[in-house]
Amino acid sequence: MTIHIPSALRSYTNRQSEVEVAGSTLGEVLSALDAQYPGLRFRIVTEQDRIRPHIRIFVNDEQAQELLTPLDAEDRVYIVCALSGG
Amino acid sequence: MTRTAKTGTLAASKGAVILLIGTRKGAFTLRSDASRRTWKLSAPTFLGHIVHHMVLDPRDRRTMLMAVSTGHLGPTIYRSTDAGKTWKESSAPPAFRKVSEGENGRAVNHVFWLTPCHANEPDAWYAGTSPQGLFRSDNGGVTWSAFSPINEDPQYLEWMGTVQDGTPDGPKLHSIIVDPRDAKHLYFAMSGGGVHESVDGGKTFLPLIKGLEVVEGFDPATVTFHDPHCVRLCPSNPDRLYQQNHCGIYRLDRPSHQWVRIGKNMPKAIGDIGFPMVVHPRNADVAWVLPMDGSTVWPRVSLGGRPAAYVTRNAGKSWSRLDKGFPRTDAWWTVKRQAMSRDGHDPVGLYLGTTSGEIWASRTEGQGWTCIARHLPEIYSVEAAVLGR
Repeated sequence: MTIHIPSALRSYTNRQSEVEVAGSTLGEVLSALDAQYPGLRFRIVTEQDRIRPHIRIFVNDEQAQELLTPLDAEDRVYIVCALSGG
Repeated sequence: MTRTAKTGTLAASKGAVILLIGTRKGAFTLRSDASRRTWKLSAPTFLGHIVHHMVLDPRDRRTMLMAVSTGHLGPTIYRSTDAGKTWKESSAPPAFRKVSEGENGRAVNHVFWLTPCHANEPDAWYAGTSPQGLFRSDNGGVTWSAFSPINEDPQYLEWMGTVQDGTPDGPKLHSIIVDPRDAKHLYFAMSGGGVHESVDGGKTFLPLIKGLEVVEGFDPATVTFHDPHCVRLCPSNPDRLYQQNHCGIYRLDRPSHQWVRIGKNMPKAIGDIGFPMVVHPRNADVAWVLPMDGSTVWPRVSLGGRPAAYVTRNAGKSWSRLDKGFPRTDAWWTVKRQAMSRDGHDPVGLYLGTTSGEIWASRTEGQGWTCIARHLPEIYSVEAAVLGR
């Protein structure tokens, strides 16, 4: 499935804004993403498997709050940095 | 700076000095030659990242570690083995143990403090985190593991308190100190949570808070109420420590466990509140502080808008004002605990960075100050070092 990468994380993905990985849950997808781009997962998910406070992940149009969220191969996953600049 | 075999004393360092500057928006360096008269500012590294601390390894003088986070992303550590030319990310940054479902596990918000381990432990480093955690790397910062049982110890967790009990940008473990005579003799401090000592290489730690005061109305016997801001060990006499605390300036001479409030000898109109503490590399009677306003709602800015460092040359019996070159008025500086440091040259160079983005330097042990950089982002940390040849 297609994962949309925010600009803050593209240093991990060779500047790619979209990457393809497989998985049947959000947790599996993020682990696959980390295997392909080491270090990326810990920047957006804590060691307690919680999505970090200023990160939002959407599956299609719905916000996913749990890593157990099931995914289909056709889903589009958007990793979004919430507004916290300044 | 090296210890001479014959005398056991420390020789003054020589050579070009580099300042490693961590800011809220990236890392910078300032470089000078041994004279320290002129400085060249670098372009930012990791622009936009929050750089909490950047430290050069004094054992090889080319490895650097940098503790980094951003407004959005979680914490990590970058490492350079070529004196900052190129950087690689740690493959396993400091992280607490993953707890079982239903347990309340902690997550590292940021790495706050980096300390190289003992000179006889090459490539080994300690890291202190927010919330309070103690970690160690034995491979130059590539991977990190929890160090000592304190991250999980119920008593220590009680002393650490919750995130709400900590400083405004998170409770911190800092001032990790290694006794240069004994790699197993360690100190660290927590804001909040007091000062702690281990004599068994971190297997156990015990509080070291006797004599330290706490905010009025609280019980100083309760470890969690203690807020050490910065603790420094004197390289020339490792039995002596100085501390800038939330509640004053202190000295401790081991083997005593009793801190002495030497800040009571500061001018009453100035007080003894601040964040940084700097000690002389070769004279344990000499230390510097930068007092800030600790009244009412704790403004933590230069008193009256007139910045000044203070020095003691007699282990805290008396203090002298050092403000030549600083603005005479309307300068409301805050200097964080990691943002004042010194080099090892003779005379000692002193450096401080303000939250308003200025770096000030003195190559005369504080007798005169010069602004060597301005318009930087909010400065979090300043470390002075001498690069290898």
